[in-house]
Amino acid sequence: MAKDLVNTLADLKEKEALGMVQDRLSAGEDPLRILDDARRGVEIVGKRFSDEEYFIPDLVYSGEILKQITDMVKPKLTKAAEVKRLGKVVVGTVAGDIHDIGKDIVVFMLDVTGFEVFDLGIDVPVQKFVDKIKETGSGVVGLSGFLTLAFQSMKDTVGAIEKAGLRNQVKIMIGGGQMDEQVRSFAGADAYGKDAMDAVKLAKGWIRG
Amino acid sequence: MEKRWEEMTADEKQEAQFQKLLRPKDHEGNDLKFQSPEAEANYKANITRIKDAIQLKKTPDRVPVTLLPSMFPFINAGMTVQEAMYDYDRCALAFKKFILEFKPDMHIGAAAPGPGKFYEILDYKLYSWPGHGVAPEHSYQCNEGEYMKAEEYDLLMTDPSFYFRNFYLPRVFGALQGFQMLPPLTGILEMYGVAFNFIPYALPPVQATYKALFEAGAEALKWAMVMGGSNGELATLGFPNILGGFTKAPFDTIGDTLRGTKGIIMDMYRQPDKLLQALEAIMPIMIGMGLGAAQQTGNPLIFIPLHKGADSFLSDEQFKKFYWPTLKQVMLGLIEGGCIPFLALEGHWGSRLNVIQDIPKGKTVWMVDQTDMAKAKETLGKNACLIGNVPSSMLNLGTPDEVKACCKKLIDTAGKGGGFIMGNGAFFDEAKPENVKTMVDFAKDYGVYK
Repeated sequence: MAKDLVNTLADLKEKEALGMVQDRLSAGEDPLRILDDARRGVEIVGKRFSDEEYFIPDLVYSGEILKQITDMVKPKLTKAAEVKRLGKVVVGTVAGDIHDIGKDIVVFMLDVTGFEVFDLGIDVPVQKFVDKIKETGSGVVGLSGFLTLAFQSMKDTVGAIEKAGLRNQVKIMIGGGQMDEQVRSFAGADAYGKDAMDAVKLAKGWIRG
Repeated sequence: MEKRWEEMTADEKQEAQFQKLLRPKDHEGNDLKFQSPEAEANYKANITRIKDAIQLKKTPDRVPVTLLPSMFPFINAGMTVQEAMYDYDRCALAFKKFILEFKPDMHIGAAAPGPGKFYEILDYKLYSWPGHGVAPEHSYQCNEGEYMKAEEYDLLMTDPSFYFRNFYLPRVFGALQGFQMLPPLTGILEMYGVAFNFIPYALPPVQATYKALFEAGAEALKWAMVMGGSNGELATLGFPNILGGFTKAPFDTIGDTLRGTKGIIMDMYRQPDKLLQALEAIMPIMIGMGLGAAQQTGNPLIFIPLHKGADSFLSDEQFKKFYWPTLKQVMLGLIEGGCIPFLALEGHWGSRLNVIQDIPKGKTVWMVDQTDMAKAKETLGKNACLIGNVPSSMLNLGTPDEVKACCKKLIDTAGKGGGFIMGNGAFFDEAKPENVKTMVDFAKDYGVYK
């Protein structure tokens, strides 16, 4: 039974998955176990995306199903979920750029993979990144941007992190729209990721290392 | 005797469009007076070169060069984007300076910034622009949202214009709230009852909306006069603008600004049949949009920016089912009408090349952003002219030597045998002027066909 929800969600069968959650809640099952199964289902979705079996719509759809499951389960939770987190990641769209779709997918995949994600939103001033790194002690920073104006903002953000004496404490990855290896080098970031699963791989590698 | 337009084949219509471009008129309909014989020769050589590159019948004298900037001409002239949006004369002047400095074979006009005051009058909410959510020096950016709700497909399909006026427009223009109170025009049928249809026009919110429309129209016209003047002047100097207008792939029409990215994704899973019906329903409207624009401007190239069909945005199956069929029909409809679809493959499209190469030969142009150009040439390039694909990152951060190496590779691969126009891959704001200059000059020199 427990395995079913994992696979049903991984296969993106929305109605069946929600039905299973309802049945298991009615049967009085521990809501944390249900949530954990759902999260594992989405992890499989992420893996299939890395394997090019799934695409962005599948990631987004799985996120929507997971959100509904979380909403169903939440009222039944007696204690807060004690999720063991892999590590902390600060993510945001850099100053001047207000695009959020790519960034949101990255935040979602990092979150379901087990990272504690601090999403600073869009058009994030450099100081806000610096403050958040200080406050959380995060080891990974993700800078998102869609437009060419983001090249300079990324460089400024990395510069501010360096100036605050935090550069050795964090690994910085960039991604989005017109970003590539040349922009990474210009901005002084540690890596460029082409999609959300690249971001997960990079973060995992750094946090383990 | 010359054939009437309606009697011509698609081939003949396209040829007629090019012949018209080769004999340009001024705004009064007289033959355009060029500023010098050299300008006239350049103008005609530019059109001929682009024509040969597009038609794939003849190798052009050299690789044509175009520049497709977004805000670069204005930033390069030391203006903020905000100034370019609000001072139409300075905008046109900066664009002229840009054309005279870089001398591309063709351009797409100074219209990119658009009329700032016009957006203000209508309280446009779909975009943030300088002074309205974006810094003065930055470009306008879209605010994604579900401006059409999941349950509104039937409403859209029953009467798209009614849906746009009464539902969509009031959601994206704060000043057009009065539209919500208007009845459909199709209720105006006969004497009895006809007056009922007009009562809403007496209501203050409707009158306020019309007042805003009159003001916005006047502002748009003021701006368009400057833009038209700019195009005319550049033509007399030998630089043609051959952009005739724009339309969209039906999937992007619904996905970009109606349902939004997330909305259309959900619809593919939850109500695929409704989505497919709606794509079919708006397809002829998208064709009409392109044909109408070409008729107004007299230019055949109809720009179609492609967004949500990029690699990884859809599975192969989803692309073939939802994206491609109606896009192809839009292209065929435009070609049938004598237009040249000018598509932009924004982002990466490598996985789509095998599907999208299935189009009539010599009838389309494709701006290639980050897709591998050699692969594009082997597939799509057999049937279509390619533009690109010098990366934005290189124009902004690279050196002239890197740009040269990139252009050389492009000319050697994509340029082989014609069917290629040198250009940037994505619309760009920031770039080093020396890199842009190198791209144009190198292509003019190295790109000569022997």
